[in-house]
Amino acid sequence: MTNTSISAIFDQTAEPRLATPGLNRATIFFLIVAIVGLSCGVLSFIFGHHSIYHNTREMPWGLLISTYAFWAITSTGLCIYAAMSHVFGGTRMGIISNRMVWMSIICIMAAFATIGVEIASPHRMLIYNVLSPNPTSNIWWMGTLYGLAVGCMIIEFAGIVTGLVRVALIVGIFAAIAEVLANSCLGGVFATLPARPYWYGAQLPIYFLTAAFLSGAAAAVLFNFLAYWLRGEKMSPTVHLGVKSAGKAMTLVLILYTVATFWRLVSFYVGGPELGRIAADALISGPLAINFWVLEVCIGLLIPIILIILSRLEDVGMMALAGLLVLIGQFVARYDLVVAGQIVPQNLGWDDLPSHFSYIPSIFEFGVIAGGIGVVAFGFLIGERVFGKTFTQKEHH
Amino acid sequence: MKIEELEKEKNEGIENLPLEERRNFLKMGLAVTGVFLGGSVLSLTSVSHASNQSIPDTDIPTEGQYPYTKHYGMVMRQNRCVGCEKCVEACKQTNHVPDAHDAYRTAIQERRTTENGAEKREFRPVLCNHCNRPPCVRVCPTKATYKDPETGIVVMDYAKCIGCKTCMAACPYNARYFNAEKHAIDKCNFCIDTRLAEGQTETACAAACPARVRIFGNLKDKSTEIYRLLHTGDTKIWVLRPDTGALPNVFYMNA
Repeated sequence: MTNTSISAIFDQTAEPRLATPGLNRATIFFLIVAIVGLSCGVLSFIFGHHSIYHNTREMPWGLLISTYAFWAITSTGLCIYAAMSHVFGGTRMGIISNRMVWMSIICIMAAFATIGVEIASPHRMLIYNVLSPNPTSNIWWMGTLYGLAVGCMIIEFAGIVTGLVRVALIVGIFAAIAEVLANSCLGGVFATLPARPYWYGAQLPIYFLTAAFLSGAAAAVLFNFLAYWLRGEKMSPTVHLGVKSAGKAMTLVLILYTVATFWRLVSFYVGGPELGRIAADALISGPLAINFWVLEVCIGLLIPIILIILSRLEDVGMMALAGLLVLIGQFVARYDLVVAGQIVPQNLGWDDLPSHFSYIPSIFEFGVIAGGIGVVAFGFLIGERVFGKTFTQKEHH
Repeated sequence: MKIEELEKEKNEGIENLPLEERRNFLKMGLAVTGVFLGGSVLSLTSVSHASNQSIPDTDIPTEGQYPYTKHYGMVMRQNRCVGCEKCVEACKQTNHVPDAHDAYRTAIQERRTTENGAEKREFRPVLCNHCNRPPCVRVCPTKATYKDPETGIVVMDYAKCIGCKTCMAACPYNARYFNAEKHAIDKCNFCIDTRLAEGQTETACAAACPARVRIFGNLKDKSTEIYRLLHTGDTKIWVLRPDTGALPNVFYMNA
């Protein structure tokens, strides 16, 4: 059934139970976090990116690029699972897929907000991406495809809330394809740079896609847990099965991702360029070692696996905790990847350079990161409030 | 050949690798890059034939393999450099390079090594290598950086630069920096706008060098000094980071 009146649509989708003073305050709080955080980035346009961010000539990319990649990758994962559920219907995640589409949109918005204040002249991007496109550029394809994906997802979501099932289904497939290709181009941005042996290689785009499946599943479990926790109610058996399905996917991809990480690092120690090996050293025993061993490996991979085993895929709270830890680990993993690729001086051996550059993000960079989290938290709460019923009703086909 | 004896030999390092080995490695890199980027369309093959892949032992293109009308390049006679940095200063003045610590189009690198018990100081001038397969040009989303179709010089169209810094990440030579005044990435352009356009035949850095380290010129023109240096004599010639497959047009030698 197609509704024509907007207020009638919102009457059907809204979740008035969540209009509590506490949740209203939380929503406003995260909105303020988003505005203040992203304002840190806007300052870079006034005082100069070089004054505000701690990136250098030698390390042009830092925390903002890695955070952009993190949100974009998470968005891809959510979008793929949602599309797979909608199209094939075989996975039990269908019941939670509407929420996944919404959160995929929100995550890509956080990604855009982050990179929007990272790029020095985004206004030129809007003009010359159209007037002077470079088809050999991964960045061009990535931006274009993510733009296309978000457009498709917005139409898909509009189809979901208005009951235009076929539109939602078909456009949703295009959204997922665009997200996968965009994710692949994001991996390709790094993978096709022979100057940076730590990034260069055919594995990286697949690694990024694996990360998308991991982050997407983790986010699906976490956001669904939070949605029911906010409502103070127990999941219905079908929703529980959907979340369990996402948990299973997370477990499987956790193992794949761990294997990929292991071999990726081993490959640097069996030969190949010296710059790649010294970059890997940064993670194994150098300046990124705590990030890698404690945050990426223990908190992001091992503890989640243990938690999932303990939860027996039944205890949603424990699975959600595992999902949160996976997301923290993935966030740090993106940072380590971006930094390690540039951390070794290209002209090592000259100018008494150290084997690893020092990079500590500025307070403004952390501010932007907080802003991105604010965007996602605000988007999540607003989504639950305005479209809550759409998220909890049976899938739309 | 006894393994036990070979084991005691000192590691020769990659500096002394025969050029044939470098060439083979480069070829492999090119093949992998080409395949990975989707073959001829994406790997900018219009200029890739400028490397002389048919004759081993050289990084220098031969006649008929220069795709540009005037194919500009530079030879660095590295052992002549004393690190006076007059070239760096001349470049800054000529090309209005901002006065920031990481803003430079060319630089002199230094290292100290020990040779036969005596300390040795070496200087190495570096700048954009104006590669035939420039990674920076391939990655730029808006064609803000491109090969000048007449000279092969890698130039910037500042108005199109979005400041994504991908070209900085892609460059194997750290040749690019963010110019806060232009609000765009800046780099060496062989003084195409400041000197060549006015009829001068040398870059500012080459003209300023008191030791004549930098020899700039048209690689295609047989009457130029750069052509003579590259194509006559048996002096060893090398390029920086040949493994990246960028096919640079800045050549190094001790002469």
